[in-house]
Amino acid sequence: MYPLIETIYVQAAIACFAIFLLLQIMFFLRKYWIHSLEKQYSIVDRINALLPQTQCGRCGYAGCRPYAKAMSLGEQVNKCPPGGESTIVNLSLMLNEHKKTLDPAHGEFLQAAVAVIREEECIGCTKCIQACPVDAILGGTKLMHTVIESECTACDLCIEPCPVDCIDLIQLPPLKPLWQSPGTAERGLSGRSFVGGGSL
Amino acid sequence: MKLMRKIFSADKNVSYGRTIPGGIRPRAHKITSLRSRVMATPIPPVLIIPLNQQQGKASRPCVKAGDRVLKYQKIAEAADDSSLNIHAPSSGVVSMIQNHTTININAANQLCIFIETDGIDEEVPIPDTLDWRGMTSEQLLPVISNAGICGMGGAGFPLSKKIDSAIIPDIHTLIINAVECEPFITADQALIREHADEVIQGAQILQHAINAKRCLLAIESDKTDAIEALSNYADRDSIKLLLLDNKYPAGGERQLIQAATGKELPAGHLPAEAGIYVQNAGTVFSIYKAVVENKPCISRVTTLTGEALQTPKNFNALVGTQVSWLFDLCGIDNKTHSKSVAGGSLMGIELMDNSAPISQSTNCLIAGSLSEFPDIMPEQACIRCGYCANACPSGLLPQQLLAYSRCEEDELLAQQGLFDCIECGACSYVCPSSIPLVQYYRSSKERIISARQKKETSQAWQNRFQYHQYRIKKLKDEALSRTSAKPVIDKQQSADDPFSKEQAALEVAAAVARVKAKKGNVIASSAATDGSQSDGEPTA
Repeated sequence: MYPLIETIYVQAAIACFAIFLLLQIMFFLRKYWIHSLEKQYSIVDRINALLPQTQCGRCGYAGCRPYAKAMSLGEQVNKCPPGGESTIVNLSLMLNEHKKTLDPAHGEFLQAAVAVIREEECIGCTKCIQACPVDAILGGTKLMHTVIESECTACDLCIEPCPVDCIDLIQLPPLKPLWQSPGTAERGLSGRSFVGGGSL
Repeated sequence: MKLMRKIFSADKNVSYGRTIPGGIRPRAHKITSLRSRVMATPIPPVLIIPLNQQQGKASRPCVKAGDRVLKYQKIAEAADDSSLNIHAPSSGVVSMIQNHTTININAANQLCIFIETDGIDEEVPIPDTLDWRGMTSEQLLPVISNAGICGMGGAGFPLSKKIDSAIIPDIHTLIINAVECEPFITADQALIREHADEVIQGAQILQHAINAKRCLLAIESDKTDAIEALSNYADRDSIKLLLLDNKYPAGGERQLIQAATGKELPAGHLPAEAGIYVQNAGTVFSIYKAVVENKPCISRVTTLTGEALQTPKNFNALVGTQVSWLFDLCGIDNKTHSKSVAGGSLMGIELMDNSAPISQSTNCLIAGSLSEFPDIMPEQACIRCGYCANACPSGLLPQQLLAYSRCEEDELLAQQGLFDCIECGACSYVCPSSIPLVQYYRSSKERIISARQKKETSQAWQNRFQYHQYRIKKLKDEALSRTSAKPVIDKQQSADDPFSKEQAALEVAAAVARVKAKKGNVIASSAATDGSQSDGEPTA
């Protein structure tokens, strides 16, 4: 009935066209798929997730995300003092770089700390409130200010603008683990050790 | 076991639990502490009451140093649903509130209320007994929650929180846990032997409060004296006995559910989600006291045992009694005493300071000799014998977990189910290389949890920073739109507003002109009269 279609060449051509169409559709869909993936796991976000999010600007950028963006474009990974050693290690692992020591131009490694306002000296100028990147300082004009300790990132940015120098950065005691791995410490020294298996 | 089957062969109120997978059968050291009856201690000269006796937040003290307190008086109140109301165990004067070392695993050095007792034991007036059968569960649950009871099985889960988790879903089974599989602890066994009636009534109260359809009382089958005491009462109501194989750790919550129902709880799910509610026998006894006698929880039955004690026994000890004082009461032999252990020998912790007070979750104190607790053998290499995998009741692979713990491979640890580990210590017990496996897991768990918390806080900081940026931008935009919109508003207003600026300016100008015209007229008239300055001023 249709002798042309029955020839093998035409059939092959139709099959090729069908495969071509399918590939086109897949390519079209793939663009969207990758787009959604990029949205979730873009390199900037992945780098940003490794940063400590103190928003202190010690790296020379306006916050953690701008620094992450700069790192994705080739900035050095050793400019984050609050992150500690582990942040540099994780960043260099992710970005395939050699491990570096912290750049001394940006300060030293920092312990966990919290900003505390000496409340009787506060004059209520609201300058620290404007400087706080995470809105962790409460207060009003000519009213005493105070820091919400649980939200403070110890970024240091409120200390410089204070006209009466009534903000202190108080270092928190380092967290001691309750249970130390027997491989790293002598047993019993941590004060808590299992008796497990002792009574045979 | 055979004997038990013979005794209870015709008894419908007794059922037999399944054997749990894994587990060990350590030699029991129970008989010494079961020789005497449960005794109440004399009132100790000083009581040190820890403000955090459970997993959760510390309570807030509501007395000051120098206050005189009476027995059963509330001295600290719950900060939230994870903390407890704490009541004075005896009358006396609060001498100070300061930090002291305690047994609590989560808060080793914490705030404690020190009470110097006066020995009078003067009580606050106690209200009349309640008729719990006539009360609804809404009336009954606050009574139980306010009595300041925490789970007495050893882990110290606050009862009020546990009850809250049980109200929402439908609980069909209440299991009273009197298994007590640890080789040294006999507190629940001794309690049931002498107070079976109260324990059964407490179980009925709890069953009534959470509307459970059936109630099982799980106990190891070799505790014949306790079973005999229970069997007099168990057939009275809906409470049934569940006899379990004598195996450690059959008393773990998840293992007990598995033994009772044959179902394994999924990881990360509470028993309440499966419609099962597990409570310890000691806790149930405290519930009985709280509801029927209207007395808050101030004491618990604690086992004092170990070869270094001359008279090991179970004490009904007041919360806050110091460990060293209790040891002295039992006649401690300092020559043979080598190690003090709080909790059982397998899951307990070594006490470094015997001045620590006991809390509600302290079920056992062991003054061990060197033969009971020999020095820890040095850790040797894992020989991959696989004994630990056979012993694990959760079906984990302990040697694999050990390898990952040593390498700090946190993701792989989570994949291998580290958080399903109940830290029973069966793997460490059987390990021929004497590797302290559980301690590796504990430290790994702590490391992973702290890393997660760090990540959560940094995420919260990031969210706050983003909101801060959004807020600043919004404020700027608003300010901009205000300045640019202002003249537009003025133009609109000038058309019909009688008090607009332009109108006012016009009126002022007109007024000035009128005044000037008046002045000019006056001047002109005066000039006309004088006739000297006629060309001086032009008229307006």
